[in-house]
Amino acid sequence: MAEVRYREALNQALREEMQADESVFIMGEDVGVFQGAFKVTAGLLEEFGEKRVRDTPISENTIVGMGVGAAMGGLRPVVEIMTINFSLLAMDQIVNSAASIRYMFNAQVKVPLVIRMPQGGGHQLGPTHSHSLEAWFLHVPGLLVAVPSTPADAKGLLKAAIRDDNPVIFIEHEALYGKKGEVPENGEPLRFGEAAVRREGDDVTIVGVSRMAATALQAAETLAAEHEVEADVIDPRTLRPLDLDTILESVRKTNRAVIVEEGWPHGGVGANFAALIQEQAFDYLDAPVARVTGADIPMPYSKPLEQAAFPHEEHVVQAALATFRDL
Amino acid sequence: MATEGATGAEKAHEAGIEQPIHDLPGEDTCRLILQKMLLIRRFEERAGEMYAKARIGGFLHLCIGEEATIVGATQALADGDYLMSTYREHGQALARGTEPERVMAELFGKVDGCSGGRGGSMHLFDFERRFLGGYGIVGGSLPLSAGVALAADYGETEDAVLSMMGDGATNQGTFSETMNLAALWSLPVVFLVINNQFGMGTSLERHSAVTDLSQKSEGFGVPGSRCDGMDVLDTHAVVSDALRCAREERKPQLVEAVTYRYRGHSMADPEEYRSKEEVEEWRRRDPINNFRQRVTEDGMLSDDDVEKLDSEAQERIEEAVEFAENSPFPDLAALYDDVYVMEGSSPHAWWLVDQRSPETHRGEAEREAGDVAQELAEAGAAYAGEDVTSERRSRHTPRGDDQGEGEPAEESRDEEGGAD
Ligand SMILES: Cc1ncc(C[n+]2csc(CCOP(=O)(O)OP(=O)(O)O)c2C)c(N)n1
Ligand SMILES: [Mg+2]
Repeated sequence: MAEVRYREALNQALREEMQADESVFIMGEDVGVFQGAFKVTAGLLEEFGEKRVRDTPISENTIVGMGVGAAMGGLRPVVEIMTINFSLLAMDQIVNSAASIRYMFNAQVKVPLVIRMPQGGGHQLGPTHSHSLEAWFLHVPGLLVAVPSTPADAKGLLKAAIRDDNPVIFIEHEALYGKKGEVPENGEPLRFGEAAVRREGDDVTIVGVSRMAATALQAAETLAAEHEVEADVIDPRTLRPLDLDTILESVRKTNRAVIVEEGWPHGGVGANFAALIQEQAFDYLDAPVARVTGADIPMPYSKPLEQAAFPHEEHVVQAALATFRDL
Repeated sequence: MATEGATGAEKAHEAGIEQPIHDLPGEDTCRLILQKMLLIRRFEERAGEMYAKARIGGFLHLCIGEEATIVGATQALADGDYLMSTYREHGQALARGTEPERVMAELFGKVDGCSGGRGGSMHLFDFERRFLGGYGIVGGSLPLSAGVALAADYGETEDAVLSMMGDGATNQGTFSETMNLAALWSLPVVFLVINNQFGMGTSLERHSAVTDLSQKSEGFGVPGSRCDGMDVLDTHAVVSDALRCAREERKPQLVEAVTYRYRGHSMADPEEYRSKEEVEEWRRRDPINNFRQRVTEDGMLSDDDVEKLDSEAQERIEEAVEFAENSPFPDLAALYDDVYVMEGSSPHAWWLVDQRSPETHRGEAEREAGDVAQELAEAGAAYAGEDVTSERRSRHTPRGDDQGEGEPAEESRDEEGGAD
């Protein structure tokens, strides 16, 4: 296994899939000459040329729509949106075209499109560049949603996304691009719909989404060291399809669940998981399902405010301990 | 520029449209053109009646008046070319060869419809004939069509795309974005603006600062031209030329077809935004009557020949109605099918959530959602009404989900007299 950064792992996935399949190509704003706003596409223009690494104008809705059309025409486009907030300009094509076309046209075509984009706070980019919107996409039947939190998952899931015949919303995290991790060299794709159990414990289940998978893991170590609480830490890795069974299995063992996400609480991933858990494992719960979410506000710029607006280890520890409180 | 308050004919005149200038093509072609235009008109008339009888739900947008634009343009396509359109696309599907039976069945929401009953009037699709869809979002199909052109270009094929839109769609952001990208990347696509003078109830000069729509793409690098959309031969000639440019020179083109829709925007349109006189003026330039007159005056076809074509078209439409009536509604068990392609993926995860029952449902991989879920699905479907087919329109009208298109007024449900 080699130790590589998250962004390099993504780059490897793109390169390998482009080498393996002529129909895979990349388009997005500044993905070519500039090598990507976060340098994920570094070196690809040089290797594959302008036909397959396409710098586009700033036209999100049309870039995504063209990706859908090209996918209908037999290609496997990988569209990069610079930041998840900009995908809001493309919401029409994502929901009304990408997600619906196969069903609406009775399976006469498929849409093997990947839309990659980073999310998350921490870089002081203010309310238009820092949000976490996985719940918006999770909401939509017809889309697959990946939220890799490690370099290995980033590579394995991106390869799987490119080979998948469905439209995939592939959500990276800005704060993870520089993080290093072991990445298997075999180049095998991972499977969607298989959660990773990052740590095992019998007392409480903590589910962390995107970057919060790492935060959940840190919190679990603190819970063990300082509070004698052993947590199961689960990273769902994909939100659609969802490996709910692994989460339920854990909850049936621990009888407590904490969901950690960076996005907003109303209609969030945690709200959804809490509903699914109580529907499927109500009898096993010893406490209400707890949620730790980003603050219910547009992301502020000022550093202390921004840091206060998304969850940290302490928040997760407190939420986990609260599930042991007598009710 | 059309002046405010100008009549239809004056507008047409100001738009620079002259009398027919093209020689008639051979007899077989003339017959085919007339046959297709008649088929479309008869189909649309009958669809309107079926809507009034509540056989068809949702919105129904008829293209009566636009037949020359549709047939002239689609006749310019090669077999390998792709066609994409708006929600006003029954004629496009028929012109491309989709059987009227399958189009009517789709309007009826039946399983034999060309989209399996899942799309309805606004979302017809026939992959085999490279008709890649009607789309319900104004301007939504423009990026898609450029993407299909990109795929055709990427694969180094000779295929081109004909991408149709309404005059109203030229005001969408996707219009300018797509023009720019199509030109920037030299894509083999022709955009056909079907200028029927209105976006719903808003007339061209009230919705677009530039009313010569052939100019609107030029600043983005897509040359525009104009054709008389009431003249099937002119439309054919101009679109053929544009397709040649797009295909051979890799220069995307825009064509504005100046035409008119005789009927309301949808069936729910009381048409308070225009005068009867204006409609009458345009009807005098009826594309079918005019073409019919030319071929009969020329002696190529006799009146009897034309009458025969017309009665054949009407018979065919009757067959389509019968077929649609007899086709079953889609199977409830397939409600969750085809949201995803599941081969090669992990079928054991949760793809879809069925909230109607306490049992788990993972989509089509585990179709056996259980008896309770099936019963509840049937209970839901029962709200469609047992004799949904015989009821007059009353409660099947969508409410408030598309502001502006509104609900049909009670009076307007009946056929709005007058033969087209
Ligand atoms: C994005 C979007 N906005 C609004 C509508 C509602 N709507 C449906 S058709 C229409 C008018 C479009 O006019 P035009 O493009 O000229 O096409 P026509 O109906 O005349 O064929 C409007 C506003 C819609 N379907 N999609
Ligand atoms: Mg119009």
